[in-house]
Amino acid sequence: MESQGLHFYYGAFQALKDINLVIKARQITALIGPSGCGKSTFLRTLNRLNDLIPHTRVQGTVRLEGEDIYQPGMDVVSLRQRVGMVFQRPNPFPKSIFENVAFGPRVLGVHSKVEIEEKVEQSLKAAALWPEVSDLLHKDALGLALGQQQRLCIARVLAVEPEVILMDEPCSALDPLATLKIEELMQELKKNYTIVIVTHNMQQAARASDWTGFFLLGELLEYGVTGDIFTRPKDSRTENYITGRYG
Amino acid sequence: MFLKRKISKKIKEGAVEWLLLFSALSSIFITLGIVFILFYEALSFFKDVSLWEFLTGRQWTPLFAQPKFGILPLVTGTLLVTGIAVLVSLPIGLIVAVYLSEYAPFKVKEVAKPFLELLAAVPTVVYGYFALLFLTPILQKWIPHLSGFNALSPGIVMGIMIIPYVSSVSEDSMKAVPMHIREGSYAMGATKFQTAFKVIIPAAFSGIAAAFIIGISRAIGETMVVAIAAGMMPNLTLNPIEPVQTLTAYIVGVSLGDVPHGTTEYKTIFAAGMTLFLMTLFLNILGFWFRKRIREVY
Ligand SMILES: Nc1ncnc2c1ncn2[C@@H]1O[C@H](COP(=O)(O)OP(=O)(O)O)[C@@H](O)[C@H]1O
Ligand SMILES: [Mg+2]
Repeated sequence: MESQGLHFYYGAFQALKDINLVIKARQITALIGPSGCGKSTFLRTLNRLNDLIPHTRVQGTVRLEGEDIYQPGMDVVSLRQRVGMVFQRPNPFPKSIFENVAFGPRVLGVHSKVEIEEKVEQSLKAAALWPEVSDLLHKDALGLALGQQQRLCIARVLAVEPEVILMDEPCSALDPLATLKIEELMQELKKNYTIVIVTHNMQQAARASDWTGFFLLGELLEYGVTGDIFTRPKDSRTENYITGRYG
Repeated sequence: MFLKRKISKKIKEGAVEWLLLFSALSSIFITLGIVFILFYEALSFFKDVSLWEFLTGRQWTPLFAQPKFGILPLVTGTLLVTGIAVLVSLPIGLIVAVYLSEYAPFKVKEVAKPFLELLAAVPTVVYGYFALLFLTPILQKWIPHLSGFNALSPGIVMGIMIIPYVSSVSEDSMKAVPMHIREGSYAMGATKFQTAFKVIIPAAFSGIAAAFIIGISRAIGETMVVAIAAGMMPNLTLNPIEPVQTLTAYIVGVSLGDVPHGTTEYKTIFAAGMTLFLMTLFLNILGFWFRKRIREVY
């Protein structure tokens, strides 16, 4: 997936300026930067979730497997099935655990009960949640701990078999232990999925990602292999940020 | 001097508090008073007529020489008209709410909402004559055996009248579903339609149920439309093309007539009123229960 000359506007306010970024398949790309610099906005241009916000405007291109996702006639629904998203705050639907995961396959038009049950089990296993919830599948999802809810949201995304998974600060509402679980899970998922994660947590970015992009005031200041960004940043502002001197 | 001012301020504050308390209590006392009178008079009705006859009798003819006091025809009349109104107002009200909450662009909303509110602002007499003089003749072209007074036409008109009650409360509860839940659904590749019907409606279920109950109570309590267009004829039937009488229509009918106070005939309006009261009370309790559940969801 890649963006070329991407500009984004909320009304008159320009939130993204000329973003050029190539996201490598089956790698973890971390996006870092101070609050309000446009990380979430960028992430949401990748699955066109910003389309839901009125008075927004996009310029430039975003390609998924070479295809411009903003081209006229693009099927946004199938795009979002190919590019799944996990949000900052766990947002399971107020339904049972089972129904949350079954939602995706059902939306895709799968009706066979057996097929759906298989998919639910497989996705919960892939999200490392199965042992904890296999006995409570028909309990309300909102009864789970936050960390479990977040893994449920990941399972929900996996159930539609996306190619790319976007994660917008998926651990910011979680305790360290739950965070660790999600990070381990990401390493596992990396084998089959392309992951883009926004994070506030420098250690997390350094620990868990292969590539890192540093955003500042709507611009992508620096982008490269995570090791390089954290050990020899080219821009002094990147260095200041990752060493905690501002942001 | 300072102390004096402080005391007089205290007295004023106290007086205001008492006044507010009194106003609040008076509304409670008035309600209790009405309920008390209703039950008191109804009780004295049951000294003349057995509860058994009242509940199981199949005829309601209190003004005949040989009076019969079976409430069933009025209850079925009420349920029949209410049922028709509900069949019209619940689906349409829900669709309107889904449209306004999930689909409508801001500009459309701005125009549509006042129009909907206008539906609720039209005097019910107007609806009554609309049913009798406009809708019934049209329906008669399609349904040849439809009598001039019938349950169908006022039922439909009442349904239209109730749409805004159902839609506005449903819409509020759908809008109260947090944006992040909605985004979660869209991000899964759900369409607008799937999001509305598989995520938003189930999430807003308690609020929608409360809206339905408000609509149903409104239909049960409605008087004018049925008094004008349904025929004022107690009729133990569930056939919508026949004339019927509802509890409310019976009560106005007798209240407007010259039945002498204190007679059994006169007391029937309290017995009918009590029946109506119990029906709406039941629905209100149900609605209260649903509304309480809304606050517990998120
Ligand atoms: N819905 C919106 N409407 C208007 N401005 C917005 C909206 N969402 C975000 N912004 C603005 O866009 C900028 C980038 O926001 P965001 O992408 O959320 O930043 P980040 O995720 O990096 O903290 C901020 O200045 C923010 O105020
Ligand atoms: Mg953000």
